[in-house]
Amino acid sequence: MATERMQVLTKGFFKENPVFIIMLGLCPTLGVTTQVVNGIGMGLSVIFVLVFSNIFIAMLKNIIPNSVRIPAYIVIIAAFVTIVEMVMHAYAPSIYQALGIFLPLIVVNCIILGRAEAFANKNTVLDSFLDGVGMGIGFTLSLTLIAFIREVFGAGTITLVPIGGFDGVIEIPLLYTYPVRVLTLAAGALLLMGYLKAFFEWNAARKRG
Amino acid sequence: MAYIAIFITYIFINNFILSQFLGLCPFIGVSKNSESAIGMGMAVTFVMGIASIITWVVYNLVLLPLGLAYLQTLSFILVIAGLVQFVEMIIQKNSPALYQALGIFLPLITTNCAVLGIAIMNITEGYNIMESFSAGIAAGIGFTLALVLMSNIRERLDLHPVRKAFRGVPIAFISGGLMALAFMAFDKSLLTNLLG
Repeated sequence: MATERMQVLTKGFFKENPVFIIMLGLCPTLGVTTQVVNGIGMGLSVIFVLVFSNIFIAMLKNIIPNSVRIPAYIVIIAAFVTIVEMVMHAYAPSIYQALGIFLPLIVVNCIILGRAEAFANKNTVLDSFLDGVGMGIGFTLSLTLIAFIREVFGAGTITLVPIGGFDGVIEIPLLYTYPVRVLTLAAGALLLMGYLKAFFEWNAARKRG
Repeated sequence: MAYIAIFITYIFINNFILSQFLGLCPFIGVSKNSESAIGMGMAVTFVMGIASIITWVVYNLVLLPLGLAYLQTLSFILVIAGLVQFVEMIIQKNSPALYQALGIFLPLITTNCAVLGIAIMNITEGYNIMESFSAGIAAGIGFTLALVLMSNIRERLDLHPVRKAFRGVPIAFISGGLMALAFMAFDKSLLTNLLG
Protein backbone atom coordinates (compact mmCIF):
# COMPACT_ATOMS: atom_id res chain seq x y z
CA MET A 1 0.00 0.00 0.00
CA ALA A 2 2.74 2.39 1.01
CA THR A 3 4.73 1.70 -2.16
CA GLU A 4 1.63 2.32 -4.28
CA ARG A 5 1.20 5.69 -2.59
CA MET A 6 4.86 6.47 -3.28
CA GLN A 7 4.29 5.65 -6.94
CA VAL A 8 1.32 8.01 -7.15
CA LEU A 9 3.61 10.72 -5.79
CA THR A 10 6.78 10.04 -7.77
CA LYS A 11 5.37 9.11 -11.21
CA GLY A 12 5.06 12.80 -12.09
CA PHE A 13 8.76 13.49 -11.49
CA PHE A 14 10.17 11.58 -14.46
CA LYS A 15 8.10 8.63 -15.70
CA GLU A 16 4.97 10.68 -16.46
CA ASN A 17 6.62 14.09 -16.42
CA PRO A 18 3.88 16.54 -17.48
CA VAL A 19 6.11 18.66 -19.72
CA PHE A 20 8.47 16.24 -21.44
CA ILE A 21 6.42 13.03 -21.55
CA ILE A 22 2.72 14.01 -21.52
CA MET A 23 3.46 17.37 -23.24
CA LEU A 24 0.94 19.46 -21.31
CA GLY A 25 1.22 23.08 -20.18
CA LEU A 26 3.64 24.11 -22.89
CA CYS A 27 2.79 27.81 -23.11
CA PRO A 28 4.03 28.84 -19.65
CA THR A 29 6.90 26.35 -19.97
CA LEU A 30 8.38 28.37 -22.80
CA GLY A 31 6.89 31.78 -22.02
CA VAL A 32 8.30 32.42 -18.55
CA THR A 33 11.57 30.48 -18.54
CA THR A 34 13.94 33.33 -19.39
CA GLN A 35 15.15 33.47 -15.77
CA VAL A 36 15.52 30.66 -13.23
CA VAL A 37 13.56 32.55 -10.57
CA ASN A 38 10.56 32.93 -12.91
CA GLY A 39 10.57 29.21 -13.67
CA ILE A 40 10.55 28.40 -9.96
CA GLY A 41 7.86 31.03 -9.24
CA MET A 42 5.63 29.65 -11.99
CA GLY A 43 6.25 26.09 -10.77
CA LEU A 44 5.29 26.95 -7.18
CA SER A 45 2.11 28.73 -8.34
CA VAL A 46 1.11 25.70 -10.39
CA ILE A 47 1.84 23.32 -7.45
CA PHE A 48 -0.45 25.40 -5.23
CA VAL A 49 -3.32 25.53 -7.73
CA LEU A 50 -2.90 21.89 -8.76
CA VAL A 51 -2.84 20.53 -5.21
CA PHE A 52 -5.85 22.50 -3.98
CA SER A 53 -7.95 21.98 -7.10
CA ASN A 54 -7.16 18.24 -7.01
CA ILE A 55 -8.20 18.06 -3.33
CA PHE A 56 -11.44 19.97 -3.87
CA ILE A 57 -12.39 18.09 -7.02
CA ALA A 58 -11.74 14.75 -5.32
CA MET A 59 -13.91 15.86 -2.37
CA LEU A 60 -16.74 17.13 -4.58
CA LYS A 61 -16.62 14.38 -7.21
CA ASN A 62 -19.87 12.76 -5.99
CA ILE A 63 -21.73 16.07 -5.78
CA ILE A 64 -20.84 17.61 -9.16
CA PRO A 65 -23.22 16.31 -11.89
CA ASN A 66 -21.33 14.60 -14.67
CA SER A 67 -22.72 16.79 -17.47
CA VAL A 68 -21.45 20.08 -16.02
CA ARG A 69 -18.21 18.77 -14.55
CA ILE A 70 -15.82 20.70 -16.83
CA PRO A 71 -17.29 24.17 -16.06
CA ALA A 72 -17.37 23.23 -12.37
CA TYR A 73 -13.68 22.26 -12.47
CA ILE A 74 -12.83 25.51 -14.26
CA VAL A 75 -14.58 27.56 -11.56
CA ILE A 76 -12.68 25.74 -8.80
CA ILE A 77 -9.37 26.19 -10.63
CA ALA A 78 -10.06 29.87 -11.42
CA ALA A 79 -10.80 30.56 -7.74
CA PHE A 80 -7.38 29.24 -6.68
CA VAL A 81 -5.64 31.06 -9.52
CA THR A 82 -7.20 34.32 -8.32
CA ILE A 83 -5.86 33.62 -4.82
CA VAL A 84 -2.35 33.03 -6.21
CA GLU A 85 -2.57 36.22 -8.29
CA MET A 86 -3.55 38.35 -5.29
CA VAL A 87 -0.93 36.82 -2.97
CA MET A 88 1.85 37.22 -5.57
CA HIS A 89 0.81 40.79 -6.33
CA ALA A 90 1.09 41.63 -2.63
CA TYR A 91 4.21 39.72 -1.58
CA ALA A 92 6.30 39.10 -4.73
CA PRO A 93 5.57 42.02 -7.07
CA SER A 94 8.71 41.52 -9.16
CA ILE A 95 7.83 37.90 -9.99
CA TYR A 96 4.20 38.97 -10.51
CA GLN A 97 5.43 41.47 -13.14
CA ALA A 98 7.75 38.95 -14.79
CA LEU A 99 5.12 36.19 -15.06
CA GLY A 100 2.67 38.76 -16.44
CA ILE A 101 -0.13 37.28 -18.49
CA PHE A 102 0.95 33.70 -17.76
CA LEU A 103 -0.22 33.93 -14.14
CA PRO A 104 -3.96 34.29 -14.94
CA LEU A 105 -3.43 31.82 -17.77
CA ILE A 106 -2.78 29.05 -15.22
CA VAL A 107 -6.59 28.66 -15.41
CA VAL A 108 -6.30 27.16 -18.88
CA ASN A 109 -3.09 25.25 -18.17
CA CYS A 110 -3.94 21.81 -19.53
CA ILE A 111 -2.00 20.06 -16.73
CA ILE A 112 -4.48 21.16 -14.09
CA LEU A 113 -7.66 20.38 -16.01
CA GLY A 114 -6.00 17.23 -17.32
CA ARG A 115 -5.21 15.92 -13.82
CA ALA A 116 -8.73 16.84 -12.65
CA GLU A 117 -10.27 14.86 -15.48
CA ALA A 118 -7.80 11.96 -15.58
CA PHE A 119 -7.10 11.48 -11.88
CA ALA A 120 -8.87 13.56 -9.22
CA ASN A 121 -12.42 12.69 -10.28
CA LYS A 122 -11.87 8.95 -9.87
CA ASN A 123 -9.52 8.77 -6.87
CA THR A 124 -9.53 9.47 -3.14
CA VAL A 125 -8.64 12.84 -1.63
CA LEU A 126 -5.26 11.60 -0.32
CA ASP A 127 -4.24 10.07 -3.65
CA SER A 128 -5.32 13.21 -5.51
CA PHE A 129 -3.27 15.32 -3.12
CA LEU A 130 -0.18 13.17 -3.74
CA ASP A 131 -0.80 13.21 -7.49
CA GLY A 132 -1.04 17.01 -7.42
CA VAL A 133 2.19 17.36 -5.46
CA GLY A 134 4.04 14.89 -7.71
CA MET A 135 2.87 16.38 -10.99
CA GLY A 136 3.52 19.89 -9.68
CA ILE A 137 7.09 18.98 -8.69
CA GLY A 138 7.65 17.35 -12.09
CA PHE A 139 6.42 20.53 -13.78
CA THR A 140 8.64 22.73 -11.57
CA LEU A 141 11.70 20.53 -12.25
CA SER A 142 11.16 20.78 -16.02
CA LEU A 143 10.67 24.54 -15.89
CA THR A 144 13.76 25.00 -13.76
CA LEU A 145 15.82 22.85 -16.16
CA ILE A 146 14.69 24.82 -19.24
CA ALA A 147 15.11 28.18 -17.46
CA PHE A 148 18.57 27.16 -16.23
CA ILE A 149 19.79 26.24 -19.73
CA ARG A 150 18.24 29.35 -21.31
CA GLU A 151 19.58 31.75 -18.72
CA VAL A 152 23.06 30.29 -18.30
CA PHE A 153 23.78 30.07 -22.02
CA GLY A 154 21.55 32.90 -23.22
CA ALA A 155 22.51 35.60 -20.72
CA GLY A 156 25.40 34.15 -18.72
CA THR A 157 23.62 34.64 -15.40
CA ILE A 158 21.61 32.64 -12.86
CA THR A 159 18.92 34.77 -11.22
CA LEU A 160 17.67 33.59 -7.83
CA VAL A 161 15.89 35.31 -4.96
CA PRO A 162 17.87 38.20 -3.43
CA ILE A 163 18.77 37.48 0.21
CA GLY A 164 20.52 40.06 2.40
CA GLY A 165 23.60 41.52 0.71
CA PHE A 166 23.40 39.00 -2.17
CA ASP A 167 21.42 40.58 -5.01
CA GLY A 168 20.28 37.21 -6.35
CA VAL A 169 22.19 37.26 -9.64
CA ILE A 170 25.15 34.95 -10.22
CA GLU A 171 27.29 35.92 -13.22
CA ILE A 172 29.17 33.24 -15.12
CA PRO A 173 32.46 34.78 -16.35
CA LEU A 174 32.94 33.80 -19.99
CA LEU A 175 29.25 33.32 -20.87
CA TYR A 176 28.33 36.69 -19.40
CA THR A 177 30.57 38.43 -21.92
CA TYR A 178 29.68 36.21 -24.89
CA PRO A 179 26.14 34.91 -24.38
CA VAL A 180 24.23 32.85 -26.96
CA ARG A 181 21.55 35.54 -27.12
CA VAL A 182 19.11 33.57 -29.28
CA LEU A 183 18.29 31.21 -26.39
CA THR A 184 16.57 33.99 -24.44
CA LEU A 185 14.38 34.81 -27.46
CA ALA A 186 11.22 33.03 -28.55
CA ALA A 187 12.97 31.12 -31.33
CA GLY A 188 15.61 29.74 -28.97
CA ALA A 189 12.96 28.47 -26.58
CA LEU A 190 11.23 26.48 -29.34
CA LEU A 191 14.54 25.08 -30.65
CA LEU A 192 15.70 24.10 -27.14
CA MET A 193 12.37 22.40 -26.42
CA GLY A 194 12.73 20.39 -29.64
CA TYR A 195 16.24 19.22 -28.79
CA LEU A 196 15.32 18.38 -25.18
CA LYS A 197 12.28 16.38 -26.32
CA ALA A 198 14.45 14.54 -28.85
CA PHE A 199 16.94 13.76 -26.06
CA PHE A 200 14.18 12.30 -23.87
CA GLU A 201 12.84 10.20 -26.76
CA TRP A 202 16.35 8.93 -27.50
CA ASN A 203 16.86 8.15 -23.82
CA ALA A 204 13.55 6.25 -23.61
CA ALA A 205 14.38 4.26 -26.75
CA ARG A 206 17.83 3.42 -25.35
CA LYS A 207 16.30 2.13 -22.08
CA ARG A 208 13.86 -0.09 -23.98
CA GLY A 209 16.90 -1.55 -25.74
CA MET B 1 -4.25 54.09 -38.79
CA ALA B 2 -4.43 52.74 -35.26
CA TYR B 3 -6.34 49.72 -36.56
CA ILE B 4 -3.76 48.95 -39.25
CA ALA B 5 -1.08 49.14 -36.55
CA ILE B 6 -3.05 46.70 -34.39
CA PHE B 7 -3.40 44.25 -37.27
CA ILE B 8 0.28 44.35 -38.21
CA THR B 9 1.31 44.07 -34.56
CA TYR B 10 -0.78 41.01 -33.75
CA ILE B 11 -0.34 39.16 -37.03
CA PHE B 12 3.40 39.62 -37.54
CA ILE B 13 5.29 41.41 -34.76
CA ASN B 14 3.66 39.84 -31.71
CA ASN B 15 2.48 36.68 -33.41
CA PHE B 16 0.70 34.74 -30.66
CA ILE B 17 2.41 31.44 -31.29
CA LEU B 18 5.83 32.44 -32.54
CA SER B 19 6.63 35.25 -30.16
CA GLN B 20 4.14 35.17 -27.27
CA PHE B 21 3.89 31.39 -26.73
CA LEU B 22 0.10 31.46 -26.51
CA GLY B 23 -1.73 28.50 -28.05
CA LEU B 24 1.21 26.13 -28.34
CA CYS B 25 -0.87 23.02 -27.59
CA PRO B 26 -2.96 23.22 -30.81
CA PHE B 27 0.17 24.41 -32.66
CA ILE B 28 1.75 21.02 -31.93
CA GLY B 29 -1.43 18.96 -31.65
CA VAL B 30 -3.58 20.05 -34.62
CA SER B 31 -0.86 20.86 -37.15
CA LYS B 32 -0.51 17.38 -38.68
CA ASN B 33 -2.49 18.23 -41.82
CA SER B 34 -3.37 21.54 -43.42
CA GLU B 35 -7.14 20.95 -43.64
CA SER B 36 -7.61 20.65 -39.90
CA ALA B 37 -5.15 23.50 -39.35
CA ILE B 38 -7.34 25.82 -41.42
CA GLY B 39 -10.47 24.61 -39.60
CA MET B 40 -8.92 25.14 -36.20
CA GLY B 41 -7.55 28.54 -37.21
CA MET B 42 -10.94 29.75 -38.45
CA ALA B 43 -12.72 28.52 -35.34
CA VAL B 44 -10.17 30.24 -33.07
CA THR B 45 -10.31 33.53 -35.03
CA PHE B 46 -14.11 33.52 -34.83
CA VAL B 47 -14.19 32.84 -31.08
CA MET B 48 -11.38 35.32 -30.34
CA GLY B 49 -13.19 38.13 -32.15
CA ILE B 50 -16.47 37.59 -30.30
CA ALA B 51 -14.77 36.85 -26.97
CA SER B 52 -12.84 40.13 -27.22
CA ILE B 53 -16.07 42.12 -27.48
CA ILE B 54 -17.94 40.24 -24.76
CA THR B 55 -15.10 40.23 -22.23
CA TRP B 56 -14.55 43.95 -22.86
CA VAL B 57 -18.23 44.60 -22.12
CA VAL B 58 -18.18 42.36 -19.03
CA TYR B 59 -15.06 44.05 -17.65
CA ASN B 60 -15.88 47.69 -18.38
CA LEU B 61 -19.65 47.69 -17.89
CA VAL B 62 -20.09 45.08 -15.15
CA LEU B 63 -16.93 44.35 -13.16
CA LEU B 64 -15.46 47.87 -12.99
CA PRO B 65 -18.65 49.72 -11.89
CA LEU B 66 -19.27 47.08 -9.23
CA GLY B 67 -15.65 47.16 -8.02
CA LEU B 68 -15.17 43.46 -8.77
CA ALA B 69 -12.08 43.72 -10.99
CA TYR B 70 -10.40 40.91 -9.04
CA LEU B 71 -12.98 38.50 -10.48
CA GLN B 72 -11.54 39.16 -13.96
CA THR B 73 -9.91 35.74 -14.49
CA LEU B 74 -12.89 33.80 -13.14
CA SER B 75 -15.53 35.70 -15.08
CA PHE B 76 -13.54 35.73 -18.35
CA ILE B 77 -13.04 31.99 -18.41
CA LEU B 78 -16.72 31.41 -17.64
CA VAL B 79 -17.77 33.81 -20.39
CA ILE B 80 -15.45 32.11 -22.86
CA ALA B 81 -16.62 28.61 -21.89
CA GLY B 82 -20.26 29.69 -22.22
CA LEU B 83 -19.57 31.46 -25.50
CA VAL B 84 -17.87 28.45 -27.04
CA GLN B 85 -20.80 26.23 -26.05
CA PHE B 86 -23.26 28.76 -27.47
CA VAL B 87 -21.36 29.15 -30.75
CA GLU B 88 -21.23 25.38 -31.07
CA MET B 89 -25.02 25.09 -30.65
CA ILE B 90 -25.76 27.87 -33.15
CA ILE B 91 -23.43 26.51 -35.79
CA GLN B 92 -24.79 23.00 -35.32
CA LYS B 93 -28.36 24.21 -35.82
CA ASN B 94 -27.89 26.71 -38.65
CA SER B 95 -24.97 25.48 -40.68
CA PRO B 96 -24.34 21.75 -40.61
CA ALA B 97 -21.58 22.13 -43.21
CA LEU B 98 -19.64 24.61 -41.08
CA TYR B 99 -20.26 22.40 -38.05
CA GLN B 100 -18.73 19.47 -39.91
CA ALA B 101 -15.65 21.58 -40.56
CA LEU B 102 -15.26 23.29 -37.18
CA GLY B 103 -17.26 21.09 -34.80
CA ILE B 104 -14.52 18.91 -33.39
CA PHE B 105 -12.25 21.89 -32.71
CA LEU B 106 -14.73 24.01 -30.80
CA PRO B 107 -14.58 22.21 -27.43
CA LEU B 108 -10.77 22.45 -27.53
CA ILE B 109 -10.92 26.23 -27.81
CA THR B 110 -12.13 26.82 -24.25
CA THR B 111 -8.78 25.71 -22.88
CA ASN B 112 -6.77 27.44 -25.61
CA CYS B 113 -4.72 30.06 -23.80
CA ALA B 114 -4.78 32.34 -26.86
CA VAL B 115 -8.46 33.19 -26.27
CA LEU B 116 -8.15 34.02 -22.57
CA GLY B 117 -4.81 35.65 -23.43
CA ILE B 118 -6.28 38.17 -25.87
CA ALA B 119 -9.14 38.95 -23.46
CA ILE B 120 -6.67 39.83 -20.68
CA MET B 121 -4.32 41.66 -23.06
CA ASN B 122 -7.16 43.91 -24.31
CA ILE B 123 -7.74 44.99 -20.72
CA THR B 124 -4.07 45.57 -19.85
CA GLU B 125 -3.49 47.49 -23.11
CA GLY B 126 -6.51 49.69 -22.38
CA TYR B 127 -8.12 49.20 -25.80
CA ASN B 128 -11.62 50.50 -26.55
CA ILE B 129 -14.26 48.10 -27.83
CA MET B 130 -13.45 48.34 -31.54
CA GLU B 131 -9.71 48.09 -30.90
CA SER B 132 -10.34 45.02 -28.76
CA PHE B 133 -12.35 43.41 -31.54
CA SER B 134 -9.63 44.20 -34.12
CA ALA B 135 -6.93 42.85 -31.82
CA GLY B 136 -8.96 39.66 -31.33
CA ILE B 137 -9.43 39.10 -35.06
CA ALA B 138 -5.81 40.04 -35.85
CA ALA B 139 -4.41 37.69 -33.19
CA GLY B 140 -6.65 34.95 -34.58
CA ILE B 141 -5.34 35.55 -38.10
CA GLY B 142 -1.76 35.46 -36.79
CA PHE B 143 -2.53 32.17 -35.03
CA THR B 144 -4.05 30.73 -38.23
CA LEU B 145 -1.06 31.87 -40.28
CA ALA B 146 1.45 30.15 -38.00
CA LEU B 147 -0.71 27.02 -37.74
CA VAL B 148 -1.18 26.70 -41.52
CA LEU B 149 2.52 27.31 -42.26
CA MET B 150 3.41 24.71 -39.65
CA SER B 151 0.99 22.12 -41.05
CA ASN B 152 2.48 22.54 -44.52
CA ILE B 153 5.98 22.08 -43.13
CA ARG B 154 4.89 18.94 -41.31
CA GLU B 155 3.19 17.50 -44.39
CA ARG B 156 6.47 17.91 -46.25
CA LEU B 157 8.47 16.47 -43.36
CA ASP B 158 6.36 13.30 -43.47
CA LEU B 159 7.87 12.54 -46.88
CA HIS B 160 11.45 12.95 -45.75
CA PRO B 161 13.63 10.73 -43.59
CA VAL B 162 13.97 12.17 -40.09
CA ARG B 163 16.14 10.58 -37.39
CA LYS B 164 14.06 8.38 -35.12
CA ALA B 165 14.50 10.43 -31.93
CA PHE B 166 13.44 13.61 -33.75
CA ARG B 167 10.32 12.20 -35.43
CA GLY B 168 6.98 13.86 -34.63
CA VAL B 169 6.97 16.43 -31.85
CA PRO B 170 10.72 17.29 -31.56
CA ILE B 171 11.12 18.14 -35.24
CA ALA B 172 7.87 20.14 -35.06
CA PHE B 173 9.34 22.25 -32.26
CA ILE B 174 12.58 22.78 -34.16
CA SER B 175 10.68 23.79 -37.32
CA GLY B 176 8.64 26.16 -35.15
CA GLY B 177 11.85 27.63 -33.76
CA LEU B 178 13.19 28.25 -37.26
CA MET B 179 9.91 29.91 -38.22
CA ALA B 180 10.15 32.10 -35.12
CA LEU B 181 13.66 33.11 -36.22
CA ALA B 182 12.24 34.16 -39.59
CA PHE B 183 9.43 36.10 -37.91
CA MET B 184 12.02 38.06 -35.92
CA ALA B 185 12.47 40.08 -39.09
CA PHE B 186 9.17 41.76 -38.18
CA ASP B 187 9.83 44.16 -35.34
CA LYS B 188 8.66 47.55 -34.09
CA SER B 189 10.69 49.39 -36.75
CA LEU B 190 8.40 47.85 -39.39
CA LEU B 191 5.51 49.87 -37.94
CA THR B 192 7.43 53.15 -37.89
CA ASN B 193 8.65 52.56 -41.47
CA LEU B 194 5.17 51.78 -42.75
CA LEU B 195 3.05 54.26 -40.84
CA GLY B 196 5.59 56.95 -39.96
